[in-house]
Order: sequence, then C-alpha cells, then structure tokens
Amino acid sequence: MDFLKLTVHELRDKLRNGEITSEEIVKGYFDRLEKLEDKLDSFLTITKKEAIKEAKKIDERLKNGEKLGDLAGIPVAIKDNIVTKDIKTTCGSKILEDFIPPYNATIIEKLKSEGAIIIGKTNLDEFAMGSSTENSAYKVTKNPWDLTRVPGGSSGGSAAAVASGEVPYALGSETGGSVRQPASFCGLVGLKPTYGLISRYGLVAFASSFDQIGPFTKDVEDLAIVLNNIIGYDKMDTTSVEVEKKDYKNALKDDIKGLKIALPKEYFDEGINKEVKGKVLKAVKVLEDLGAKVDEVSLPHSDYGLATYYVLAPSEASSNLSRFDGIRYGSRVKDYDSLDELFIKTRSEGFGEEVKRRVMMGTYCLSSGYYDEYYNKAQKVRTLIKKDFDDIFKEYDVIISPTTPSLPFKIGERNDDPLAMYMSDILTVSVNIAGVPALSIPCGLIDGLPVGLQIIGKAFDEETIIKVAYNYEKNSDFILEPKMGGDINEL
Amino acid sequence: MSYKTLIGLEIHAELMTESKIFCKCSTEFGGDVNTHTCPICLGMPGTLPVLNKRVVEYGIRAGIAFNCDIAKRTKMDRKNYFYPDLVKGYQISQYDLPLCKDGAIKIETDQGEKEIGLIRIHIEEDTGKSIHSNDGGSLLDYNRSGVPLIEIVSQPDMNSPEEAKLFLEKLKATLQYIEVSDCKMEQGSLRCDVNINIIDEDTGNKTTVTELKNLNSFKSAIKAMEFEQKRHINLLEQGKDTKRETRRWDESKSETILMRVKEDAADYRYFPEPDVVELDIEKDWVKKIKEDIPELPHVKRERFVKEYDIPSYDAEVLTSTKALADFYEETVKHTKDPKQVSNWIMTDILRRLKDEELEIDDIKFTAENLADLIKLVNGGKISNNIGKKVLRTMFEEGKDPNTIVKEKGLIQINDEDKLNEIIDGILAENEQSIIDYKNGKDRALGFLVGQVMKATKGKANPQKANQIIREKINNY
Repeated sequence: MDFLKLTVHELRDKLRNGEITSEEIVKGYFDRLEKLEDKLDSFLTITKKEAIKEAKKIDERLKNGEKLGDLAGIPVAIKDNIVTKDIKTTCGSKILEDFIPPYNATIIEKLKSEGAIIIGKTNLDEFAMGSSTENSAYKVTKNPWDLTRVPGGSSGGSAAAVASGEVPYALGSETGGSVRQPASFCGLVGLKPTYGLISRYGLVAFASSFDQIGPFTKDVEDLAIVLNNIIGYDKMDTTSVEVEKKDYKNALKDDIKGLKIALPKEYFDEGINKEVKGKVLKAVKVLEDLGAKVDEVSLPHSDYGLATYYVLAPSEASSNLSRFDGIRYGSRVKDYDSLDELFIKTRSEGFGEEVKRRVMMGTYCLSSGYYDEYYNKAQKVRTLIKKDFDDIFKEYDVIISPTTPSLPFKIGERNDDPLAMYMSDILTVSVNIAGVPALSIPCGLIDGLPVGLQIIGKAFDEETIIKVAYNYEKNSDFILEPKMGGDINEL
Repeated sequence: MSYKTLIGLEIHAELMTESKIFCKCSTEFGGDVNTHTCPICLGMPGTLPVLNKRVVEYGIRAGIAFNCDIAKRTKMDRKNYFYPDLVKGYQISQYDLPLCKDGAIKIETDQGEKEIGLIRIHIEEDTGKSIHSNDGGSLLDYNRSGVPLIEIVSQPDMNSPEEAKLFLEKLKATLQYIEVSDCKMEQGSLRCDVNINIIDEDTGNKTTVTELKNLNSFKSAIKAMEFEQKRHINLLEQGKDTKRETRRWDESKSETILMRVKEDAADYRYFPEPDVVELDIEKDWVKKIKEDIPELPHVKRERFVKEYDIPSYDAEVLTSTKALADFYEETVKHTKDPKQVSNWIMTDILRRLKDEELEIDDIKFTAENLADLIKLVNGGKISNNIGKKVLRTMFEEGKDPNTIVKEKGLIQINDEDKLNEIIDGILAENEQSIIDYKNGKDRALGFLVGQVMKATKGKANPQKANQIIREKINNY
C-alpha cells in the first residue's frame, strides 16, 4: 500500500470491499510512522496498542456485516491540545507534562462513536501559541517537504503527520491561522470552520472567542467526509450553534458558473511574496476559466487585523491559562516558601517564553487603566473587521487570497523575532476575528515547497468554499508529493 | 457633635438550585470532600461552563422580590485572581450588566418605615474551600466550587447597626420566602460583608470606609459594626482618619482585627466571559416568574389576618419567617382553630425558642403534634396547665402529646364522683377556708381549688372543681 498517497475515501472503499482490514491499515501506518518519526517529530504520544485493539473491533463489526460510517477503521491523529480520556494531553507544555484527562473532548466522542482509530497526539506550539511548532516544550516538528524548514504552526505536528503519510487525516485547531498556515506549508487541505460549527468542549482554550477545531486532509473529498462527522451543536458548549444537518459531500460538484469571487487588494500587497502571489492568481484564473466572476475588492480594516488579534487573543489567553497554577493537576515546583511563590515558580518554570510573553501582553491589555485603550478598542475594531467581511459577502460568494505571505521558512529563522513570526498570520487572523470559515488548498509548488490558496466564505457556508476548492482541485495541473529529504519517499 | 453612621452591605447568598451554576454536580451541603465535583467545576483544561437556567430564574425572582429592574440583556464576566480555592484562576461573575439593579428593601424602624436601596443583584459562582491542616499544609475541598450565588449590594443607606440588623433579617426572610436561598449563615449559605464609615455632620468630615469580612453570624456582624462605629468616631474626635482596610471580627477578643490594608484597589481585570453567550431576558419569562413567585411576607401577613381572623400583630410575628408561617398553617390545618394555634405559638413556643436561641426548624416535634396537643386541651382531655407541661416534654423529647399524656397519666379528671370524693377530703381538712369564703374572702375559693389541683397533680378539671366546691360550700 502506498500510504503516502492514500486518502480517507480510498481507504474506506478498500475497507468496504474487503481489500484490506482496519488492522492492516493501522499497522501499516504505524510501520511508516515509526520509521519517519525520527526525522519528523510529528507526534508527542503514540497509542499503538489501543489503536490496534480498536481496529480489530472494527474488523469484527465489518465481518458481521455492520454498516459503518466513512471514518470507521481509519486512523486519525489528534493535536495535543484536544483532550483525550486516559491519553496524555500536554498542549506541548511542561506544565501539563503528565496530565492524563479523565474525560474526552466532544469531538473525540464523536470520532470514537464513528469508529475512527486514534493513533496518537501530535506536536504543537505550546498551548497553540506560535506559527512554526518550534514553541513546543518537547520537540521541533519538521516540514516533510524540506526537513530544514518548519511545518507551520501551531498545528504543525498534525500537518506534518498527514503530509508525510503517517496518518491519512488529522485534527488541528485554529485561533489565528493554526490550521490553514501549516496546511499551506505542508501542501494539505486545511479548514478553519465557522466559529460555533464544531464544539470546543475539550479543546484546551487559548482564546475562547477565536478557537475552533479544524481538520487536515489530503483532498477536498476527505475534507467533506471528515467535516460531516465532527460538526454539530453540543449542549456542553453554548457557543456552538445549532445548524441544519448537511452532507458536505453534496458540495463536491462541478458548479461554479457565475460564482462571484472577491480578491481583496490588501491581501495582495507588497508584503506578499511575488511568486506566491503569482501562483494564487494562476489558481484564480483556473476558476475564472470555469465560469467564475472575479473582482478586486477592499477589506479596508485589514491593516488592523494583526494588531487586533494580538490584543484580544492574548487577553483571553492570560485568563484561560490562569488555571495552570500547580494546585490541582499538572506540574508543581517542589520548593516554595509561600503561596505566591508556588504560583510564580510553577508558572515561570512550567510555561515557555512565547506563552509567558502572551500572558504578559494579555494581562497588560486587561489591566485597569489600559483596558479601554487596548481590549475595548480592539473589540471595536473587531466589529469593523467583521463588517468588512459582511459587506463583501453581500455581493460575493467567496474571498480568495494567498494563505500565507511567504513560503515555509527555515527552522530557527524567526525564533528571535516574534514580530516576524506573527507576520506569518497576517492573511489568516482576520478570518478568526470575523468568525467566518476559510480553507487552504495547495495551488502549486515554488522551489519544491507548497503554496496555499485561501478560500474564505460566509458564516456557516462551508459548502460553497468546499465546492470552489473541489473545482479548483479537479482542474489544477500540479502533482503534490513531498520529497521529504529524498529517502523518506522510498518507505 | 453629631455623627452619622453610613453602612452598606454586600451579601452573598447560595441559591437552592439542585445543581451547580455551570455543571450538573449537586449543590448539597455536607458531602464528603471533593465528591460533588466534575471536570467542569474543577476547571480542568478544555471544559466549558453551561449556565444553569434555574440560577438566572432564581436571580430574577430575588430581583422581583426586591423591586429591582430586571436586565433585558445581561452577560457573564470573568474576575481574574489567583487563589487555590479558585479553580480556573478567575471567577465567572457579572460586572457591568448585572441581572438586576436599583431595588429596595423596606425595614420597620422605631421612626417608621425606611427604604434601603439596592444597587444591584448579580449571579456568580462560589469558590472551593481551603482547609488548613495541623502540619501547616492546606487541603482543598471543591464541593462548593461552582455552587451558584447571588451577590446583593446595598446602598450605604443604613445609619446604625440596628438598621443593618433589620435589613439583614428582612433580606434573609424574603430570600427564604421566595425559596431562593436557605440563608444558613452557619453553613455559609449566607455571607455578609460590611462597608462602614462615619460622617461628622457638623464639619462634614468623614472617615475612610472600612470593609468588614468573615462575619459568621448576624450577631457578630452587628457587634463588629458597633465596634467599628465607636472606633471610627474615636478617631474622628481625635481629628484622625481610618485607613482603607479590611478587618475581621474576632469573637474571643470582641474586637475587629486588621486583615489587610488596601493600598491599591485590587485589579481583577474583568472582561466579558467568552465561553458563556450573552443572555436576552424575555419579558414573558420575567412575567411568568413574577406570577409563580411564592407568596411574599407582606402578602402572607394580610392573608393571615383575613383568612384566620387573627390580630395584625400576631400575623406579623407569625410571618416573620417562612418556616414559622408554614408551621403555623400546618398546625391550623390539623386543628381548624387558628386563634388557639396562634396563641400557643405566640406565647409558649416562641418564648422557648427565644430562650434557647433556636429556630422553628430546630424543634423536635411536628406541627401535627402541636395540633394534637391543642386538640387535647380544647377537648377538655387535659387542662391548659397540663398542656403547657406536655409541651415542655415535647420540646425535650419530641414525643407526640398523646403518648406523653398516656405515659404520665395526665388525662384530666372530669368524673364528678371522683372529684366529689377528692373535694370532700379537701374541704374536711380546710374548714377555716370555708368560713373565710363564706365571710366574703373570695381568695379562699382559689386556695381550695389549688388544693384540689395539688392533690390530683394538676389533673382535675379546674372549672369543674371550682363549680363543685362552690356548690358544696353553699350547701355546707
């Protein structure tokens, strides 16, 4: 089996027609994973024994003639900030080094009830704060396309795992681009769903009003399949939204004649790598040739997106991360003379630099005397940014842009320059601010590195962006196959 | 010099909902440590709060009872601070859009009715509890974490500890009436913080507000206020001022003790809770809550006067707490004699409760037992005096009156032959009294009846004894 290329729908078909068993699939992926992990460092925890046990159960059920869903018996990897019962959940942080949750995230319950096989937990920037997965307290994940480069972040472990064929699909999470940006860097389809489409219960909060779980898949059909199985209102999350049950596979059709595409000029300005821009415009041309109408538009408050994000997200984070105080779970320093010292030492030693930076920024922004100037003002700008999108979507079906301003950068390159690192998110954060859905889909290679096309849609209209992505995917003319430093491909 | 005391109160009352404010855990008091907990009320990573609708309903009910404006739109906010009993590092509370605001509580002072303004009522979650062990370590019990609270903040409208006491009593009674909180201070389901300062009305000088915390009972709250009142006035008289500080009441020393000086206002970095959606409170819902609100004290008082034909004062006393009013009505239901029931409760029962510092809930017998006792007296089975004795036994042993009467052989002697026999003996021994009575000394009759009662250990029917003695003397 060529696990590098196999998609979820192909695996499902092989499983259904008896060509292969779930146990063989799972073992096959583990064989590959075990050989690749030395080079990639995608995973923090591997759950091989449990996964094989579950696979056998699925095989048994299939043998008994049970009709199972699309994801049954197929492996999935989970970003390590989504809580998994009885499986260590570290959030890439020392402070949760030995944390084994006694409960599952809602999305895990959903996947398990569909028979999905969890094979492990993937690496991430600590508490999902970062754009390169270098901020993990445990390891630096490498980009399968070039092992000297970052896979993007913060869901870099999940992206690298799928791109390298360690697993056919994976879950990540987004706060400011943490699925789309690594999807772009690793040549995958990655979706940030509308805020409220997927339950956040069990997603360890970074910035609650932005956070949303999103999948990485190899193609658009897989995206539709996975999405079908993970969405829906959850009474455990009052910010999740009751939407009509949809089958996103219905969006996989050739029907974009007359579709109106908006290209925001702010997303194509000088800051964007020219070659990246070229690939994106070429992709837009493909869609135009298929009958879509394309106009240049303006999202006038785009310039404030990054600043708004870096006020609001750290503000929420500073509060969300307060619970890691060493009292009830997670690590606690051994020596302290007072309660304050217990808190301070535990948190100083337990959190990494970037997390501490953001907690401090957020604490500052929420402090009395600064609240109005920062948090409150940023909330007002958030409203304006939302309105920018609302205005465009009155006339257009989708907005298209590059996903990231540049190609995957070198490991270590932006470590000492937080601002340069933050700039990686400049084209993705506004989507999180507005809460609308967006996906990234590969649109070509530059110097052997993938480029991502971002398709942004109306709130709860994932179907349209899936449809556009599907049409592009079908009509694009490049082949995606990571070289992974030469020899890895041979596996 | 004339000084004016300004007292404002901040009351936290635990709500009587079955489950906690953001999860399904029980709110019951007294469970084994950390047994009423789950990942949500332990604030574990990834968990989310889901607001209990009942909590909002109870908050609105309190708002209605205290004549507040109910918010059309409200939201939860995070109050951030670090403490081991606070599981998330923030408390989910309400900041700028409280559920209820601008209410009032009326109290009856010696100078007449007075209105104490309420600034706001908001809903929030309680914290866990630290237990300090002997070896210097601390243990934590999170059973209370996430128990719903309302915080009621008054205007500084009370001008004496006495007024504050009346306010607290009224507030407690009302919350119990509307079945929103059981208000047990000793279990911590009602907690009260005090803000107090003094104005010199001649000069306009005033002291800095002192905050009083950790007041475990109404009594200690009042004592602490009285102590502070004097301390502030003393300082004012010396031309000094108080500091901005928090003090607690030390019962053994009978004084307030400094807890901390508030140099800077604590910065709780409040911001809107992103995990709980904003709430639109529908008018119809508020209307429904209003319609369904349990009878308020003043309404009950009026009904008692009308329905049971008892004096207004009695009705006032009987409705002072919901538990007492319920006890009264329950007893009436079994006796159909509302006036007698009122008499018994107003005199013997309340006196005893007052002497022993008990509440009606603490007594050992039921309303039905009291009803049986009244029936025994009314039916002439036992005398009024024996009835009082039986009641004492009921207080002590909690037995039902029929059993007590039977066990102690207290049935009243109504049998005329028996009484004749006893009275003949008494008269034979007290000829002088017969003469006295015939000479117009009415007191002698009382003495003779007393002798009969003594001889029967109080069991003789006194009216009958009286009648028989009179007849016998007249025929002597």
